[in-house]
Amino acid sequence: MSHVERLTLAKAINTGLRRALETDPKVVLMGEDIGQLGGVFRVTEGLQKDFGAERVVDSPLAESGIVGTAIGMALRGYRPVCEIQFDGFVFPAFDQITTQLAKMHYRSSGTLTVPVVIRIPYGGGIGAVEHHSESPEALFAHTAGLRVVSPSSPQDAYTMIQAAVASPDPVIFLEPKGRYWEKGDVDLESGPDAGAIAGLGLARTLRNGTDVTIAAYGPTVGTALKAAETAAGEGTSVEVIDLRSVSPLDFATVIASVRRTGRLVVVHEAPTYFGAGAELAARVTEECFYSLESPVLRVGGFHTPYPVAKLEHDYLPSLDRVLDAVDRALAY
Amino acid sequence: MTQHGPLADDGLVQLLTPGGERVEHPEYSPRAAALDGAALRAMYRDMVLVRAFDAEATSLQRQGELGLWAQCLGQEAAQIGSAHALAAQDFVFPSYREHGVLLSRGMDMSRVLRLFRGVDHGGWDPAEYNTHLYTLVIGSHALHATGYAMGVQRDGLVGTGDPARDTAVVAYFGDGATSQGDTNEALVFAAVNNAPVVFFCQNNQWAISEPTTHQARVALADRGPGFGIPSVRVDGNDVIASYAVTAEALERARSGGGPTFIEAFTYRMGAHTTSDDPTKYRSSAEEEYWRQRDPIDRLRTYLENAGELDASHEAEIQAQATELSERVRRETKALGRPETASMFEHVYASENQLVAEEKAWFTEFEDSFLPAGGAR
Repeated sequence: MSHVERLTLAKAINTGLRRALETDPKVVLMGEDIGQLGGVFRVTEGLQKDFGAERVVDSPLAESGIVGTAIGMALRGYRPVCEIQFDGFVFPAFDQITTQLAKMHYRSSGTLTVPVVIRIPYGGGIGAVEHHSESPEALFAHTAGLRVVSPSSPQDAYTMIQAAVASPDPVIFLEPKGRYWEKGDVDLESGPDAGAIAGLGLARTLRNGTDVTIAAYGPTVGTALKAAETAAGEGTSVEVIDLRSVSPLDFATVIASVRRTGRLVVVHEAPTYFGAGAELAARVTEECFYSLESPVLRVGGFHTPYPVAKLEHDYLPSLDRVLDAVDRALAY
Repeated sequence: MTQHGPLADDGLVQLLTPGGERVEHPEYSPRAAALDGAALRAMYRDMVLVRAFDAEATSLQRQGELGLWAQCLGQEAAQIGSAHALAAQDFVFPSYREHGVLLSRGMDMSRVLRLFRGVDHGGWDPAEYNTHLYTLVIGSHALHATGYAMGVQRDGLVGTGDPARDTAVVAYFGDGATSQGDTNEALVFAAVNNAPVVFFCQNNQWAISEPTTHQARVALADRGPGFGIPSVRVDGNDVIASYAVTAEALERARSGGGPTFIEAFTYRMGAHTTSDDPTKYRSSAEEEYWRQRDPIDRLRTYLENAGELDASHEAEIQAQATELSERVRRETKALGRPETASMFEHVYASENQLVAEEKAWFTEFEDSFLPAGGAR
């Protein structure tokens, strides 16, 4: 059975959170301005009105406090979903996330679980002031104990947020804020069944191709699909993989694709230096060296702080830069 | 060696003087009225036992059986007095020096040494003792305690009037932790949520080598009112007063009155840890001053004078202390190296392909070596 509606990505997350709140009385939303205001991006709009201020909590303005108290609530049996208002504001909570949240299950030899979800609107392209456009996923992916995921479509946003809430492990849930208002069909009957939780770490091939594989996630998936479309017009067959998860990375799906295409381009907004693309390049080199027709190429941010808004479109992986990488891979 | 100025030991609630005399306090004496001879002997027993345990652990470290040990020497009254005020359903978030609290919670003390022996990052199931694992990063757990207390509120276990159900949470930390952002954020969250949490700060005068004057220009207890949290300074070497102020704070928390900040003024008589050398930064005169205020001597004097502790009690307690020390030594030395592959366990609660792959690779790597002493 399915019940399909056309929703924005933001509304899809809102609807997924609503469903989680309805399904599990232990789900509690915490964050700055998420109550009456509905969050600065309105992702939690209407939820406090319907579920009350005990379950949709306007927190004090302290990110470490939000995550630290969420850990305590999780230890008491709750499933907190924290909203960090913007990517650049997560760092006051970095210690609680990496030192406490990520390690609690491990240091307790499995006796404790801390099913905390940390939602972070991330990425650029919206003309924001500094600290509002960053992509910190590699910092979290480098920490064992965390899952790091990012949906690229309203449908995935809807199912993945529910799977994240149902996950027994802490999840960094990165929301591509530049895509919040893009619409797509969402099957509202799709829920967090066991398959969805297991699938939280799995990539999905969105377009089949034979010449080059492009792997992307979150905000750059749309760019990758456009690049594939454009390249097709020029006679190049591009396969597009939406990684969906940065930790764990679904190496198997990428490697199977590269064995066929022989070429890989990884696209993300985060700086390429020590990024997910670097990890994928290393793995692909280890696992399918003899299938490669060209070196793995990366398209992403530079080793600079996120630039001023007037320059951000030159920093972000543009359609041209992705196509340039495809061309270079083919010309090698 | 009384410090002068805002951090002096003035304004402390005291019910038992360093000389072992009971003194009255209009607000807190009634809280201690229920402590009869047996209750005080139980506290005395716990204090003697944890000191013996602490000394044994120190010896074990010196003999190479533990990698590190953090002594609670001198802080027994603050820890055991406060812990004796807890109800079974109350939940404790300790720092890493709360051995006395753990002992009073009924902990199998050998488990505490697993962390320090390097065989475990934790050592016990928190649900078994309603006591969380030790937290080594200073102040982080004040937030966990507060969040836990917010969960207790949502469970409807505050202000029911049923003493067997109403639940409070205690975060134990030290003077150094009061400078941490997390501790201060915890005070904010606890205050605005009216959370049933007690912040029990043992001001033991030293954060490794830094005296409390490097953390604050006012008494630590004065932090509370700025957050809207009632606070109290107690003589932390007075087990009866430590019990009384904690009992009051716990009752406030359980009944819906919200958080309390307690500053227990005490002294770390030992080093910060076995890796530390206090002679580099403090005087023997200071140590002697505090030795005169030993929390165990104080209670023993009182109990003996009150006729509540005779030679047979003392012998029985000493026998228990010896038994505990010997058992802890035996069990700790028997703790072997964990299986190597166990380091890959419990990284995630769900399946994780990356960890599984690395574990498989490492197992294969280890198996590729010839077994010691012969061919495979």
